[in-house]
Amino acid sequence: MTTRWKEKAASLVFVGAASMSILIVALIFIFIGREAGPFLSDPGLGLLLNARWAPVSFQGESYGLLPLITGSLLVTALATVLAIPFGVCGAVYLAEVASPLEKELLKPGIELLAGIPSVVIGFFGLVVLAPKIKALFGLPTGLTGLTGAVLLALMAMPTIISISEDAIRSVPESYKKASLALGATRLQTIWRVTVPAALPGIIAAIMLGVGRVIGETMVVLMVTGNAPVVTADPLTPVRTMTATIAAEMGEVPFGSDHYRALFCVGVVLLVATFLLNLAAQRALKKYGVKT
Amino acid sequence: MLKGSSWKRLLGIGILGAGLWAWGGCSRDGGDQTTITIKGSDTMVHLVSEWAEAFMDGNPGLEVMVTGGGSGTGIAALLNRTTDICAASRDMSKKEYDEAEKLGIEPKEITVAMDGIAVIVNPGNSVSELSLDQVRRIYTGDYANWSQVGGPDLGIVLLSRESSSGTYVFFQEHVLNKQDFAQSAMRLPATSGIISGVGSDRGAIGYVGLGYAEKAAGEVKSLGIRADGSSPAVAPSVASVQSGEYSIARPLFLYVAGEPEGALKEFIDFCLGAEGQKIVADTGYVPVK
Repeated sequence: MTTRWKEKAASLVFVGAASMSILIVALIFIFIGREAGPFLSDPGLGLLLNARWAPVSFQGESYGLLPLITGSLLVTALATVLAIPFGVCGAVYLAEVASPLEKELLKPGIELLAGIPSVVIGFFGLVVLAPKIKALFGLPTGLTGLTGAVLLALMAMPTIISISEDAIRSVPESYKKASLALGATRLQTIWRVTVPAALPGIIAAIMLGVGRVIGETMVVLMVTGNAPVVTADPLTPVRTMTATIAAEMGEVPFGSDHYRALFCVGVVLLVATFLLNLAAQRALKKYGVKT
Repeated sequence: MLKGSSWKRLLGIGILGAGLWAWGGCSRDGGDQTTITIKGSDTMVHLVSEWAEAFMDGNPGLEVMVTGGGSGTGIAALLNRTTDICAASRDMSKKEYDEAEKLGIEPKEITVAMDGIAVIVNPGNSVSELSLDQVRRIYTGDYANWSQVGGPDLGIVLLSRESSSGTYVFFQEHVLNKQDFAQSAMRLPATSGIISGVGSDRGAIGYVGLGYAEKAAGEVKSLGIRADGSSPAVAPSVASVQSGEYSIARPLFLYVAGEPEGALKEFIDFCLGAEGQKIVADTGYVPVK
């Protein structure tokens, strides 16, 4: 009798612990939705859809999300473009070409890169990278979208490399053996057989990397210059959604329009990251990549 | 369709969720008489820290905790009752007073020092004085090149504080005449960001408190400001702020919720007293008297 009771109690504890994470995610969604919701009725959704973010103003506040969204998009897209070649090639090298000794050295190095605190990377960008970019392109200032994108690419790479490597390793040996047996060189096998076969997993890896990058706050706060302008030019300062929330959330009185507008920014961020992660996990599961 | 045991599990999870919700909704009561928290102005954070240290030296039983974050942050904290004293480099707006009334708080404003805002440029920039109107037109985006104000042919890079800063709001109200900053102005997180930005970019212009500009005298150049087209240019200094000659000057405040009592009153009296005002002068601000 006692043993049954103990077993039930134990299973309850485990179920409780496991369901905590889902509960917390659900509660976060509900909380943020609840705080942002009133904005849609009072100032109205239309106010979010213009190109001017000026929440503190004597002339009339403007809560247009467009510059923030394009800022985040610009920095994220550029970071992804920069990270993909290095990430995929790095994964290919690790999975297919590297000797065991090299793997022993490279894998910890990549994990180390993933472990560097974002504020340290931001500091590095501010002090080392920004002046270099300023000198390289002859810009008036080094605090630009490009600087942020380079640093974010550095942060996305470990994610992309790890998961892509798993995807490449999941490709059945028979594919590789068949290709080599038919006379293809190792390089041809890698680029024409293995990587295309692992492509869904690699794409999922990239999406997860993007998901990490889009939510990065400290780095972009320090090095992108924080100017809320709608622009496609990476060599000028931009402002991201994450930096806006971080910089402005401390000042707002609870319940004010600015407060709710910031929560709307949070909703956009949350939904984007959530969808991205969901799609990536689905893709990973569908193609049977063991992570 | 669901089995009985699954229903029970779902119910358990639901109860857990409700419990989390309720726990999150509980408010906590804090505050004790032996710790004073001061939050707010980044401009004043160095001054308030010096006061705090000197005060704690003389009053071993009391502890003073000082954080920055910007005047807006401090005022919000005062209204949210997460701080005892708010340090602000601007006065509270009507909206903030209304908000305080709604929350049942009566903020008391105490002027504890004066400050000048220096407009700084890179030492390599040939411009050394500007009129107030020119500064306004630069920061609202009307002027985009230094050659338009008598300087070299170089694009103007605007550096600003974030909107939570009292310096930002004061600058917007008194120098920009309530117009908005240009959207292309870069909002840097703290004064040190502006100093390093101006120091490293030849075309940059920024605005910082007088004390910071004086301390960074080698890295940046403070401009002389002409009140209007014909007046002489006045360089920012303690003397020119006290005499009223320097146009961009402002009082610095401490805000308390209601009349200060007990430890809070002791601290504020200290700040306004001889020793406190001497610290004001030593840190590069201007004493009230």
